[in-house]
Amino acid sequence: MTSARRAPGRVAVHLLLWGYAVVALLPLVVMLLNSLRPTGEIFTAPLRLPTSPTLHSYLKVWTDASFSTYFLNSLIVTGGAVLIGTAVSALAAYPLARHDFFGSRFLGAYFLAGLMLPIRLGLVPIFYLMDSMGLIDSLLGLTLLYAASGVPFCVFVLSAFYRSLPGELDEAARLDGAGEFRIFGQIMLPLVRPALASVTLFQFVPLWHEFLYPLVLLRSDEKFTIPRGLSQFFGEYTTDWSALFAGLVLATAPLFVLFVLATKQIIAGLTAGMSK
Amino acid sequence: MVQARELSVPRRRAARTGARRRYAPRWRVLAVFLLPALLLYSVFIVYPLVSALDYSFFEWRGIRQTGFAGLGNYRDLLSVYPYDQQLWRAFGHNALFFGGTMLIQNTVGLLFALLLFRYGRGKRFLQAAFTTPYLVDPLVVGYLWSLLLNPTFGPVNALLDAVGLDSWALPWLGDTRTALPIVILVNAWQWVGFPMLMFSAALAGIPAEYHEAARVDGASAWQAFRRVTLPLLTPAIGVVSVLTFIGNFNAFGLVYAMAGSSGSPAGSTDVLGLLFYRVGFVEGGVEAIGRSSALAVLMFVFIFGVSLLATSYFRRRERRLV
Repeated sequence: MTSARRAPGRVAVHLLLWGYAVVALLPLVVMLLNSLRPTGEIFTAPLRLPTSPTLHSYLKVWTDASFSTYFLNSLIVTGGAVLIGTAVSALAAYPLARHDFFGSRFLGAYFLAGLMLPIRLGLVPIFYLMDSMGLIDSLLGLTLLYAASGVPFCVFVLSAFYRSLPGELDEAARLDGAGEFRIFGQIMLPLVRPALASVTLFQFVPLWHEFLYPLVLLRSDEKFTIPRGLSQFFGEYTTDWSALFAGLVLATAPLFVLFVLATKQIIAGLTAGMSK
Repeated sequence: MVQARELSVPRRRAARTGARRRYAPRWRVLAVFLLPALLLYSVFIVYPLVSALDYSFFEWRGIRQTGFAGLGNYRDLLSVYPYDQQLWRAFGHNALFFGGTMLIQNTVGLLFALLLFRYGRGKRFLQAAFTTPYLVDPLVVGYLWSLLLNPTFGPVNALLDAVGLDSWALPWLGDTRTALPIVILVNAWQWVGFPMLMFSAALAGIPAEYHEAARVDGASAWQAFRRVTLPLLTPAIGVVSVLTFIGNFNAFGLVYAMAGSSGSPAGSTDVLGLLFYRVGFVEGGVEAIGRSSALAVLMFVFIFGVSLLATSYFRRRERRLV
Protein backbone atom coordinates (compact mmCIF):
# COMPACT_ATOMS: atom_id res chain seq x y z
CA MET A 1 0.00 0.00 0.00
CA THR A 2 1.37 3.41 -0.90
CA SER A 3 1.20 6.26 1.54
CA ALA A 4 -0.77 8.29 -0.99
CA ARG A 5 -3.57 5.71 -0.88
CA ARG A 6 -3.48 5.48 2.90
CA ALA A 7 -3.59 9.19 3.65
CA PRO A 8 -7.27 9.86 2.81
CA GLY A 9 -8.20 6.73 4.75
CA ARG A 10 -6.36 7.98 7.80
CA VAL A 11 -8.08 11.33 7.56
CA ALA A 12 -11.44 9.55 7.39
CA VAL A 13 -10.58 7.55 10.52
CA HIS A 14 -9.64 10.70 12.43
CA LEU A 15 -12.79 12.44 11.27
CA LEU A 16 -15.00 9.51 12.23
CA LEU A 17 -13.53 9.04 15.69
CA TRP A 18 -13.32 12.71 16.68
CA GLY A 19 -16.68 13.36 15.08
CA TYR A 20 -18.24 10.64 17.18
CA ALA A 21 -16.53 11.99 20.29
CA VAL A 22 -18.52 15.18 19.64
CA VAL A 23 -21.73 13.14 19.25
CA ALA A 24 -21.01 11.32 22.51
CA LEU A 25 -20.24 14.43 24.56
CA LEU A 26 -22.28 17.23 22.94
CA PRO A 27 -25.67 16.19 24.41
CA LEU A 28 -24.16 16.27 27.89
CA VAL A 29 -22.53 19.65 27.20
CA VAL A 30 -25.86 20.99 25.90
CA MET A 31 -27.53 19.69 29.07
CA LEU A 32 -25.02 21.58 31.22
CA LEU A 33 -25.04 24.79 29.16
CA ASN A 34 -28.82 24.99 28.86
CA SER A 35 -29.19 24.54 32.61
CA LEU A 36 -27.33 27.85 32.95
CA ARG A 37 -29.63 29.74 30.55
CA PRO A 38 -33.16 31.04 31.13
CA THR A 39 -35.96 29.09 29.45
CA GLY A 40 -36.88 31.95 27.12
CA GLU A 41 -33.39 31.96 25.70
CA ILE A 42 -33.41 28.16 25.21
CA PHE A 43 -36.69 28.37 23.31
CA THR A 44 -35.46 31.05 20.90
CA ALA A 45 -32.01 29.52 20.39
CA PRO A 46 -31.68 25.89 21.54
CA LEU A 47 -27.96 25.72 20.74
CA ARG A 48 -26.05 28.71 22.02
CA LEU A 49 -23.49 29.48 24.69
CA PRO A 50 -24.99 31.15 27.76
CA THR A 51 -24.74 34.94 27.39
CA SER A 52 -25.03 35.58 31.11
CA PRO A 53 -24.79 32.23 32.92
CA THR A 54 -27.05 31.97 35.95
CA LEU A 55 -27.53 29.36 38.66
CA HIS A 56 -31.11 30.50 39.13
CA SER A 57 -32.59 27.21 37.84
CA TYR A 58 -30.44 25.16 40.20
CA LEU A 59 -31.73 27.20 43.13
CA LYS A 60 -35.30 26.70 41.96
CA VAL A 61 -34.89 22.95 41.41
CA TRP A 62 -33.04 22.47 44.68
CA THR A 63 -35.64 24.21 46.85
CA ASP A 64 -38.97 24.60 44.99
CA ALA A 65 -38.87 21.21 43.29
CA SER A 66 -37.53 19.61 46.52
CA PHE A 67 -34.44 18.12 44.88
CA SER A 68 -32.69 18.65 48.20
CA THR A 69 -35.12 16.12 49.72
CA TYR A 70 -34.71 13.67 46.83
CA PHE A 71 -30.97 14.00 47.13
CA LEU A 72 -30.94 13.31 50.86
CA ASN A 73 -33.32 10.34 50.42
CA SER A 74 -31.16 8.85 47.66
CA LEU A 75 -28.11 9.30 49.84
CA ILE A 76 -29.77 7.64 52.86
CA VAL A 77 -31.25 4.74 50.90
CA THR A 78 -28.29 4.03 48.62
CA GLY A 79 -25.63 4.67 51.29
CA GLY A 80 -27.49 2.65 53.90
CA ALA A 81 -28.13 -0.22 51.48
CA VAL A 82 -24.51 -0.39 50.32
CA LEU A 83 -23.29 -0.37 53.94
CA ILE A 84 -25.71 -3.07 55.07
CA GLY A 85 -25.27 -5.17 51.93
CA THR A 86 -21.49 -5.05 52.11
CA ALA A 87 -21.40 -5.70 55.86
CA VAL A 88 -23.66 -8.76 55.87
CA SER A 89 -21.93 -10.14 52.76
CA ALA A 90 -18.47 -9.65 54.23
CA LEU A 91 -19.64 -11.65 57.26
CA ALA A 92 -21.32 -14.41 55.25
CA ALA A 93 -18.61 -14.82 52.65
CA TYR A 94 -15.95 -15.50 55.29
CA PRO A 95 -17.17 -18.92 56.53
CA LEU A 96 -18.42 -19.81 53.04
CA ALA A 97 -14.95 -19.28 51.59
CA ARG A 98 -12.73 -20.51 54.41
CA HIS A 99 -14.61 -23.28 56.20
CA ASP A 100 -16.18 -26.57 55.34
CA PHE A 101 -19.33 -27.20 57.30
CA PHE A 102 -22.50 -29.12 56.70
CA GLY A 103 -24.36 -27.34 53.90
CA SER A 104 -21.58 -24.90 53.03
CA ARG A 105 -21.61 -25.89 49.37
CA PHE A 106 -25.37 -25.67 49.16
CA LEU A 107 -25.36 -22.25 50.80
CA GLY A 108 -22.67 -21.01 48.44
CA ALA A 109 -24.73 -22.13 45.45
CA TYR A 110 -27.89 -20.63 47.00
CA PHE A 111 -26.27 -17.19 47.18
CA LEU A 112 -24.71 -17.60 43.74
CA ALA A 113 -28.10 -18.32 42.17
CA GLY A 114 -29.10 -14.73 42.96
CA LEU A 115 -26.58 -13.51 40.40
CA MET A 116 -28.60 -15.12 37.61
CA LEU A 117 -32.11 -14.34 38.82
CA PRO A 118 -33.89 -11.31 37.36
CA ILE A 119 -34.91 -10.06 40.79
CA ARG A 120 -37.19 -7.30 39.51
CA LEU A 121 -39.61 -9.96 38.28
CA GLY A 122 -40.54 -10.51 41.94
CA LEU A 123 -41.94 -6.99 41.99
CA VAL A 124 -45.58 -7.85 42.67
CA PRO A 125 -44.87 -10.20 45.62
CA ILE A 126 -42.35 -7.63 46.92
CA PHE A 127 -45.08 -5.03 46.91
CA TYR A 128 -47.44 -7.20 48.98
CA LEU A 129 -44.62 -8.35 51.24
CA MET A 130 -43.71 -4.72 51.97
CA ASP A 131 -47.37 -3.94 52.43
CA SER A 132 -47.76 -6.69 55.04
CA MET A 133 -44.73 -5.35 56.93
CA GLY A 134 -45.93 -1.74 56.75
CA LEU A 135 -42.94 -0.82 54.59
CA ILE A 136 -44.77 0.78 51.66
CA ASP A 137 -43.69 4.39 51.19
CA SER A 138 -40.84 3.78 53.62
CA LEU A 139 -37.17 4.55 53.16
CA LEU A 140 -36.31 1.67 55.50
CA GLY A 141 -38.16 -0.81 53.29
CA LEU A 142 -36.38 0.43 50.18
CA THR A 143 -33.01 0.35 51.96
CA LEU A 144 -33.47 -3.28 53.03
CA LEU A 145 -34.61 -4.29 49.55
CA TYR A 146 -31.65 -2.55 47.90
CA ALA A 147 -29.25 -4.08 50.45
CA ALA A 148 -30.63 -7.56 49.75
CA SER A 149 -30.27 -7.12 45.99
CA GLY A 150 -26.51 -6.55 46.39
CA VAL A 151 -25.90 -9.64 48.53
CA PRO A 152 -25.34 -12.27 45.78
CA PHE A 153 -22.78 -10.14 43.95
CA CYS A 154 -20.92 -9.13 47.13
CA VAL A 155 -20.81 -12.67 48.50
CA PHE A 156 -19.52 -13.90 45.15
CA VAL A 157 -16.70 -11.34 44.87
CA LEU A 158 -15.72 -11.34 48.54
CA SER A 159 -15.63 -15.16 48.72
CA ALA A 160 -13.15 -15.17 45.87
CA PHE A 161 -10.98 -12.68 47.76
CA TYR A 162 -11.13 -14.54 51.09
CA ARG A 163 -10.24 -17.75 49.26
CA SER A 164 -7.12 -16.18 47.77
CA LEU A 165 -5.64 -15.37 51.21
CA PRO A 166 -3.04 -17.85 52.51
CA GLY A 167 -4.39 -20.48 54.94
CA GLU A 168 -1.47 -20.03 57.35
CA LEU A 169 -2.88 -16.65 58.37
CA ASP A 170 -5.91 -17.86 60.28
CA GLU A 171 -4.22 -21.12 61.36
CA ALA A 172 -1.47 -19.20 63.14
CA ALA A 173 -4.02 -16.90 64.73
CA ARG A 174 -6.11 -19.86 65.83
CA LEU A 175 -3.04 -21.52 67.44
CA ASP A 176 -2.46 -18.27 69.30
CA GLY A 177 -5.95 -18.63 70.69
CA ALA A 178 -7.78 -16.05 68.60
CA GLY A 179 -11.52 -16.66 68.16
CA GLU A 180 -13.31 -16.57 64.80
CA PHE A 181 -14.53 -13.04 65.34
CA ARG A 182 -11.03 -11.73 66.06
CA ILE A 183 -9.62 -13.55 63.05
CA PHE A 184 -12.35 -12.08 60.93
CA GLY A 185 -12.15 -8.55 62.25
CA GLN A 186 -8.42 -8.14 62.67
CA ILE A 187 -6.93 -10.33 59.95
CA MET A 188 -9.41 -11.09 57.19
CA LEU A 189 -11.35 -7.86 56.91
CA PRO A 190 -8.30 -5.55 56.60
CA LEU A 191 -6.87 -7.82 53.90
CA VAL A 192 -9.97 -7.74 51.71
CA ARG A 193 -10.31 -3.95 51.95
CA PRO A 194 -9.62 -3.33 48.23
CA ALA A 195 -12.41 -5.77 47.39
CA LEU A 196 -14.74 -4.01 49.84
CA ALA A 197 -14.04 -0.73 48.03
CA SER A 198 -14.87 -2.13 44.62
CA VAL A 199 -18.04 -4.01 45.65
CA THR A 200 -19.21 -0.78 47.33
CA LEU A 201 -18.80 1.15 44.09
CA PHE A 202 -20.37 -1.58 41.95
CA GLN A 203 -23.44 -1.68 44.20
CA PHE A 204 -23.70 2.08 44.43
CA VAL A 205 -24.13 2.89 40.73
CA PRO A 206 -27.13 0.68 39.85
CA LEU A 207 -28.84 1.42 43.18
CA TRP A 208 -28.45 5.17 42.70
CA HIS A 209 -30.16 4.70 39.30
CA GLU A 210 -32.87 2.27 40.43
CA PHE A 211 -36.25 3.47 39.26
CA LEU A 212 -38.80 0.64 39.09
CA TYR A 213 -38.82 -0.19 42.84
CA PRO A 214 -39.29 3.41 44.02
CA LEU A 215 -41.88 3.93 41.28
CA VAL A 216 -43.97 1.15 42.78
CA LEU A 217 -43.05 1.32 46.48
CA LEU A 218 -42.90 5.06 47.22
CA ARG A 219 -46.01 7.23 47.39
CA SER A 220 -45.26 10.62 48.88
CA ASP A 221 -43.06 13.34 47.51
CA GLU A 222 -40.99 13.68 50.69
CA LYS A 223 -39.87 10.03 50.40
CA PHE A 224 -38.82 10.12 46.73
CA THR A 225 -35.32 9.19 45.62
CA ILE A 226 -33.73 11.13 42.77
CA PRO A 227 -34.93 8.96 39.83
CA ARG A 228 -38.46 8.78 41.27
CA GLY A 229 -38.42 12.51 42.00
CA LEU A 230 -37.11 13.23 38.52
CA SER A 231 -40.05 11.44 36.87
CA GLN A 232 -42.45 13.46 39.05
CA PHE A 233 -40.59 16.67 38.29
CA PHE A 234 -40.71 16.10 34.51
CA GLY A 235 -44.48 15.87 34.76
CA GLU A 236 -44.76 19.13 36.69
CA TYR A 237 -42.18 21.43 35.11
CA THR A 238 -42.86 20.49 31.46
CA THR A 239 -42.45 24.02 30.13
CA ASP A 240 -39.58 25.21 32.35
CA TRP A 241 -36.77 23.77 30.27
CA SER A 242 -33.99 25.52 32.12
CA ALA A 243 -35.16 23.83 35.33
CA LEU A 244 -35.51 20.48 33.54
CA PHE A 245 -31.91 20.62 32.32
CA ALA A 246 -30.75 21.69 35.80
CA GLY A 247 -32.61 18.74 37.31
CA LEU A 248 -30.90 16.35 34.89
CA VAL A 249 -27.49 17.80 35.75
CA LEU A 250 -28.19 17.48 39.48
CA ALA A 251 -29.24 13.85 38.99
CA THR A 252 -26.05 13.08 37.06
CA ALA A 253 -23.39 15.08 38.90
CA PRO A 254 -22.97 12.87 42.01
CA LEU A 255 -21.99 9.82 39.97
CA PHE A 256 -19.46 11.78 37.93
CA VAL A 257 -17.89 13.05 41.15
CA LEU A 258 -17.97 9.59 42.72
CA PHE A 259 -16.47 8.03 39.62
CA VAL A 260 -13.59 10.50 39.48
CA LEU A 261 -12.87 10.06 43.20
CA ALA A 262 -13.44 6.32 43.32
CA THR A 263 -11.28 5.28 40.37
CA LYS A 264 -8.29 6.79 42.16
CA GLN A 265 -9.35 5.19 45.45
CA ILE A 266 -9.83 1.77 43.87
CA ILE A 267 -6.53 1.85 42.01
CA ALA A 268 -4.81 2.94 45.22
CA GLY A 269 -6.53 0.15 47.15
CA LEU A 270 -5.58 -2.47 44.59
CA THR A 271 -1.93 -1.47 44.41
CA ALA A 272 -1.72 -1.30 48.23
CA GLY A 273 -3.12 -4.82 48.38
CA MET A 274 -0.63 -6.04 45.80
CA SER A 275 2.49 -4.69 47.47
CA LYS A 276 1.84 -6.71 50.64
CA MET B 1 -1.92 -17.95 38.31
CA VAL B 2 0.06 -21.20 38.13
CA GLN B 3 1.55 -20.49 41.52
CA ALA B 4 -1.83 -19.86 43.05
CA ARG B 5 -3.15 -23.15 41.73
CA GLU B 6 -0.21 -25.13 43.15
CA LEU B 7 -0.64 -23.53 46.54
CA SER B 8 -4.36 -23.89 46.77
CA VAL B 9 -4.43 -27.66 47.31
CA PRO B 10 -2.57 -27.88 50.64
CA ARG B 11 -4.19 -24.66 51.75
CA ARG B 12 -7.66 -26.02 51.21
CA ARG B 13 -6.80 -29.19 53.08
CA ALA B 14 -5.42 -27.20 56.02
CA ALA B 15 -8.55 -25.12 56.23
CA ARG B 16 -10.63 -28.26 56.14
CA THR B 17 -8.84 -30.03 59.02
CA GLY B 18 -8.99 -26.83 61.01
CA ALA B 19 -12.67 -26.65 60.34
CA ARG B 20 -13.26 -30.24 61.39
CA ARG B 21 -11.46 -29.79 64.69
CA ARG B 22 -13.63 -26.79 65.63
CA TYR B 23 -16.76 -28.23 64.08
CA ALA B 24 -19.05 -28.80 67.09
CA PRO B 25 -18.98 -25.54 69.05
CA ARG B 26 -19.08 -23.35 66.01
CA TRP B 27 -22.73 -23.48 65.01
CA ARG B 28 -23.60 -20.39 66.98
CA VAL B 29 -20.59 -18.56 65.60
CA LEU B 30 -21.51 -19.65 62.09
CA ALA B 31 -25.03 -18.37 62.60
CA VAL B 32 -23.74 -14.92 63.52
CA PHE B 33 -21.71 -14.85 60.31
CA LEU B 34 -24.35 -16.26 58.01
CA LEU B 35 -27.79 -15.39 59.31
CA PRO B 36 -27.94 -11.65 58.53
CA ALA B 37 -27.14 -12.14 54.84
CA LEU B 38 -29.24 -15.28 54.64
CA LEU B 39 -32.30 -13.59 56.13
CA LEU B 40 -32.04 -10.44 54.03
CA TYR B 41 -31.50 -12.37 50.79
CA SER B 42 -34.16 -15.00 51.46
CA VAL B 43 -36.88 -12.56 52.56
CA PHE B 44 -36.43 -9.84 49.94
CA ILE B 45 -35.09 -11.72 46.91
CA VAL B 46 -35.77 -15.46 46.98
CA TYR B 47 -39.19 -15.42 48.66
CA PRO B 48 -40.70 -12.86 46.20
CA LEU B 49 -39.38 -14.76 43.18
CA VAL B 50 -40.69 -18.09 44.43
CA SER B 51 -43.99 -16.37 45.30
CA ALA B 52 -44.28 -14.97 41.77
CA LEU B 53 -44.14 -18.53 40.44
CA ASP B 54 -46.67 -19.65 43.05
CA TYR B 55 -49.03 -16.68 42.47
CA SER B 56 -49.07 -17.30 38.73
CA PHE B 57 -50.96 -20.59 39.23
CA PHE B 58 -53.84 -19.10 41.23
CA GLU B 59 -56.98 -17.12 40.51
CA TRP B 60 -57.04 -13.73 42.17
CA ARG B 61 -59.67 -11.18 43.11
CA GLY B 62 -57.65 -8.19 44.25
CA ILE B 63 -55.31 -9.54 46.92
CA ARG B 64 -57.46 -12.62 47.67
CA GLN B 65 -56.73 -16.03 46.17
CA THR B 66 -59.99 -17.53 44.98
CA GLY B 67 -58.79 -20.87 43.69
CA PHE B 68 -56.25 -22.82 41.74
CA ALA B 69 -56.02 -21.63 38.16
CA GLY B 70 -53.49 -24.05 36.70
CA LEU B 71 -52.26 -22.40 33.54
CA GLY B 72 -55.29 -20.10 33.40
CA ASN B 73 -53.34 -16.88 33.94
CA TYR B 74 -50.93 -17.85 31.18
CA ARG B 75 -53.82 -18.61 28.84
CA ASP B 76 -55.42 -15.24 29.69
CA LEU B 77 -52.23 -13.40 28.80
CA LEU B 78 -52.20 -15.03 25.39
CA SER B 79 -55.93 -14.86 24.64
CA VAL B 80 -57.68 -12.06 26.60
CA TYR B 81 -57.91 -8.57 25.09
CA PRO B 82 -55.82 -6.37 25.28
CA TYR B 83 -52.99 -8.63 26.49
CA ASP B 84 -53.22 -10.98 23.53
CA GLN B 85 -52.21 -8.07 21.28
CA GLN B 86 -49.96 -6.13 23.65
CA LEU B 87 -47.86 -9.12 24.69
CA TRP B 88 -46.80 -10.02 21.14
CA ARG B 89 -46.38 -6.39 20.16
CA ALA B 90 -44.13 -5.72 23.16
CA PHE B 91 -42.22 -8.93 22.48
CA GLY B 92 -41.75 -7.90 18.84
CA HIS B 93 -40.45 -4.49 19.92
CA ASN B 94 -37.98 -6.13 22.31
CA ALA B 95 -36.81 -8.39 19.47
CA LEU B 96 -36.36 -5.35 17.19
CA PHE B 97 -34.64 -3.53 20.05
CA PHE B 98 -32.19 -6.42 20.42
CA GLY B 99 -31.66 -6.83 16.66
CA GLY B 100 -31.16 -3.11 16.14
CA THR B 101 -28.76 -2.86 19.05
CA MET B 102 -26.67 -5.79 17.79
CA LEU B 103 -26.61 -4.31 14.31
CA ILE B 104 -25.84 -0.71 15.27
CA GLN B 105 -24.36 -0.47 18.76
CA ASN B 106 -22.25 -3.62 18.76
CA THR B 107 -21.06 -3.30 15.16
CA VAL B 108 -20.06 0.33 15.72
CA GLY B 109 -18.45 -0.70 19.02
CA LEU B 110 -16.37 -3.28 17.16
CA LEU B 111 -15.47 -0.75 14.46
CA PHE B 112 -14.32 1.77 17.08
CA ALA B 113 -12.30 -0.90 18.87
CA LEU B 114 -10.57 -1.84 15.59
CA LEU B 115 -9.88 1.77 14.61
CA LEU B 116 -8.61 2.67 18.08
CA PHE B 117 -6.46 -0.45 18.36
CA ARG B 118 -3.41 1.12 16.71
CA TYR B 119 -4.49 4.71 17.23
CA GLY B 120 -1.82 7.06 18.56
CA ARG B 121 -2.33 10.24 20.53
CA GLY B 122 -5.79 10.85 21.88
CA LYS B 123 -6.72 7.18 22.19
CA ARG B 124 -7.38 7.37 25.94
CA PHE B 125 -9.43 10.53 25.53
CA LEU B 126 -11.54 9.02 22.74
CA GLN B 127 -12.19 5.86 24.75
CA ALA B 128 -13.22 7.96 27.75
CA ALA B 129 -15.47 10.15 25.59
CA PHE B 130 -17.24 7.15 24.04
CA THR B 131 -17.89 5.56 27.44
CA THR B 132 -18.99 8.72 29.28
CA PRO B 133 -22.74 8.47 28.45
CA TYR B 134 -22.74 5.07 30.11
CA LEU B 135 -22.21 6.78 33.50
CA VAL B 136 -25.52 8.61 33.14
CA ASP B 137 -28.71 7.09 34.53
CA PRO B 138 -30.79 5.57 31.66
CA LEU B 139 -33.76 7.53 32.98
CA VAL B 140 -31.78 10.79 32.69
CA VAL B 141 -30.64 9.77 29.20
CA GLY B 142 -34.25 9.21 28.18
CA TYR B 143 -35.45 12.55 29.54
CA LEU B 144 -32.45 14.40 28.10
CA TRP B 145 -33.04 13.05 24.60
CA SER B 146 -36.76 13.67 24.78
CA LEU B 147 -35.87 17.35 25.32
CA LEU B 148 -33.17 17.36 22.64
CA LEU B 149 -35.53 15.74 20.11
CA ASN B 150 -38.50 17.97 20.90
CA PRO B 151 -40.01 19.07 17.55
CA THR B 152 -40.51 22.75 18.51
CA PHE B 153 -37.75 23.68 20.92
CA GLY B 154 -35.27 20.81 20.58
CA PRO B 155 -31.66 21.47 19.55
CA VAL B 156 -31.56 18.47 17.18
CA ASN B 157 -34.15 19.85 14.80
CA ALA B 158 -32.72 23.38 15.24
CA LEU B 159 -29.38 21.97 14.09
CA LEU B 160 -30.98 20.25 11.10
CA ASP B 161 -32.72 23.51 10.16
CA ALA B 162 -29.47 25.43 10.50
CA VAL B 163 -27.64 23.19 8.01
CA GLY B 164 -30.52 23.30 5.53
CA LEU B 165 -31.91 19.84 6.26
CA ASP B 166 -35.24 21.17 7.55
CA SER B 167 -37.10 18.45 5.67
CA TRP B 168 -35.32 15.98 8.00
CA ALA B 169 -36.58 17.75 11.09
CA LEU B 170 -39.25 15.22 12.06
CA PRO B 171 -41.28 14.91 15.26
CA TRP B 172 -38.96 12.00 16.11
CA LEU B 173 -40.64 10.67 19.22
CA GLY B 174 -44.14 11.61 18.13
CA ASP B 175 -44.22 9.49 14.98
CA THR B 176 -45.02 5.79 15.25
CA ARG B 177 -42.51 5.00 12.49
CA THR B 178 -39.49 6.77 13.98
CA ALA B 179 -40.09 6.40 17.74
CA LEU B 180 -38.70 2.87 18.23
CA PRO B 181 -35.65 3.37 15.97
CA ILE B 182 -34.88 6.56 17.92
CA VAL B 183 -35.12 4.70 21.23
CA ILE B 184 -32.71 2.09 19.82
CA LEU B 185 -30.28 4.80 18.67
CA VAL B 186 -30.39 6.65 21.99
CA ASN B 187 -29.80 3.38 23.83
CA ALA B 188 -26.85 2.70 21.50
CA TRP B 189 -25.51 6.22 22.18
CA GLN B 190 -25.48 5.39 25.87
CA TRP B 191 -23.97 1.90 25.66
CA VAL B 192 -21.62 1.85 22.64
CA GLY B 193 -18.61 2.23 24.96
CA PHE B 194 -19.31 -1.16 26.49
CA PRO B 195 -18.82 -3.35 23.36
CA MET B 196 -15.92 -1.05 22.39
CA LEU B 197 -14.11 -1.78 25.65
CA MET B 198 -14.89 -5.51 25.49
CA PHE B 199 -13.63 -5.80 21.91
CA SER B 200 -10.58 -3.63 22.66
CA ALA B 201 -9.61 -5.99 25.47
CA ALA B 202 -10.15 -9.02 23.20
CA LEU B 203 -8.11 -7.49 20.36
CA ALA B 204 -5.24 -6.78 22.72
CA GLY B 205 -5.21 -10.50 23.57
CA ILE B 206 -4.65 -11.67 19.96
CA PRO B 207 -0.94 -12.44 19.38
CA ALA B 208 0.65 -10.09 16.80
CA GLU B 209 2.21 -13.06 14.94
CA TYR B 210 -1.22 -14.09 13.63
CA HIS B 211 -1.61 -10.80 11.79
CA GLU B 212 1.96 -10.93 10.52
CA ALA B 213 1.45 -14.49 9.27
CA ALA B 214 -1.71 -13.42 7.43
CA ARG B 215 0.12 -10.50 5.84
CA VAL B 216 3.06 -12.68 4.79
CA ASP B 217 0.58 -15.05 3.14
CA GLY B 218 -0.69 -12.09 1.13
CA ALA B 219 -4.08 -11.64 2.80
CA SER B 220 -5.79 -8.30 2.27
CA ALA B 221 -6.80 -6.25 5.30
CA TRP B 222 -10.40 -7.43 4.93
CA GLN B 223 -9.39 -11.09 4.52
CA ALA B 224 -7.16 -10.87 7.59
CA PHE B 225 -10.05 -9.40 9.58
CA ARG B 226 -12.60 -11.89 8.29
CA ARG B 227 -10.45 -15.03 8.59
CA VAL B 228 -8.16 -14.26 11.54
CA THR B 229 -9.44 -11.47 13.77
CA LEU B 230 -13.18 -12.08 13.72
CA PRO B 231 -13.06 -15.81 14.59
CA LEU B 232 -10.69 -15.03 17.47
CA LEU B 233 -13.19 -12.51 18.80
CA THR B 234 -15.85 -15.22 19.23
CA PRO B 235 -15.66 -15.28 23.06
CA ALA B 236 -16.05 -11.49 23.26
CA ILE B 237 -18.88 -11.52 20.71
CA GLY B 238 -20.61 -14.17 22.81
CA VAL B 239 -20.37 -12.19 26.05
CA VAL B 240 -21.47 -8.95 24.38
CA SER B 241 -24.42 -10.64 22.63
CA VAL B 242 -25.74 -12.35 25.77
CA LEU B 243 -25.41 -9.22 27.92
CA THR B 244 -27.06 -7.10 25.20
CA PHE B 245 -29.91 -9.59 25.04
CA ILE B 246 -30.46 -9.56 28.81
CA GLY B 247 -30.19 -5.76 28.96
CA ASN B 248 -32.59 -5.14 26.05
CA PHE B 249 -35.25 -7.55 27.26
CA ASN B 250 -35.16 -5.92 30.71
CA ALA B 251 -35.27 -2.35 29.36
CA PHE B 252 -37.48 -0.05 31.42
CA GLY B 253 -36.16 3.34 32.59
CA LEU B 254 -34.99 4.66 29.21
CA VAL B 255 -38.24 3.76 27.44
CA TYR B 256 -40.36 5.02 30.35
CA ALA B 257 -38.62 8.40 30.19
CA MET B 258 -38.94 8.70 26.41
CA ALA B 259 -42.38 7.20 25.89
CA GLY B 260 -44.19 6.95 29.23
CA SER B 261 -45.60 3.78 30.75
CA SER B 262 -47.74 2.98 27.70
CA GLY B 263 -44.94 3.20 25.13
CA SER B 264 -46.32 6.15 23.21
CA PRO B 265 -47.08 7.10 20.52
CA ALA B 266 -49.86 4.52 20.21
CA GLY B 267 -47.82 1.75 21.83
CA SER B 268 -45.17 1.91 19.12
CA THR B 269 -42.38 1.72 21.71
CA ASP B 270 -44.10 -0.60 24.16
CA VAL B 271 -41.72 -3.23 25.56
CA LEU B 272 -42.13 -6.15 27.95
CA GLY B 273 -40.77 -4.19 30.92
CA LEU B 274 -43.46 -1.52 30.51
CA LEU B 275 -46.17 -4.11 29.92
CA PHE B 276 -45.15 -5.97 33.08
CA TYR B 277 -45.38 -2.76 35.10
CA ARG B 278 -48.77 -1.88 33.59
CA VAL B 279 -50.30 -5.32 34.14
CA GLY B 280 -49.11 -5.39 37.74
CA PHE B 281 -49.72 -1.84 38.88
CA VAL B 282 -51.61 0.32 36.40
CA GLU B 283 -54.31 -1.48 34.47
CA GLY B 284 -54.24 -5.08 35.69
CA GLY B 285 -57.59 -4.81 37.51
CA VAL B 286 -58.62 -7.44 40.04
CA GLU B 287 -56.59 -10.13 38.29
CA ALA B 288 -53.38 -8.10 38.35
CA ILE B 289 -51.45 -10.39 40.69
CA GLY B 290 -52.04 -13.62 38.81
CA ARG B 291 -51.50 -12.22 35.34
CA SER B 292 -48.45 -10.09 36.11
CA SER B 293 -46.89 -13.04 37.95
CA ALA B 294 -47.54 -15.24 34.93
CA LEU B 295 -45.91 -12.61 32.71
CA ALA B 296 -42.92 -12.46 35.08
CA VAL B 297 -42.50 -16.23 34.84
CA LEU B 298 -42.78 -16.19 31.04
CA MET B 299 -40.19 -13.43 30.78
CA PHE B 300 -37.87 -15.25 33.16
CA VAL B 301 -38.12 -18.55 31.31
CA PHE B 302 -37.54 -16.88 27.95
CA ILE B 303 -34.66 -14.59 28.98
CA PHE B 304 -32.92 -17.19 31.12
CA GLY B 305 -33.48 -19.97 28.56
CA VAL B 306 -32.17 -18.01 25.59
CA SER B 307 -29.18 -16.79 27.61
CA LEU B 308 -28.29 -20.38 28.52
CA LEU B 309 -28.69 -21.62 24.93
CA ALA B 310 -26.65 -18.73 23.54
CA THR B 311 -23.90 -19.23 26.11
CA SER B 312 -23.59 -22.92 25.28
CA TYR B 313 -23.64 -22.14 21.54
CA PHE B 314 -20.77 -19.69 21.87
CA ARG B 315 -18.87 -22.15 24.09
CA ARG B 316 -19.07 -24.75 21.32
CA ARG B 317 -17.90 -22.20 18.73
CA GLU B 318 -14.98 -21.33 20.98
CA ARG B 319 -13.95 -24.94 21.42
CA ARG B 320 -13.91 -25.39 17.65
CA LEU B 321 -11.35 -22.59 17.47
CA VAL B 322 -8.75 -24.37 19.55
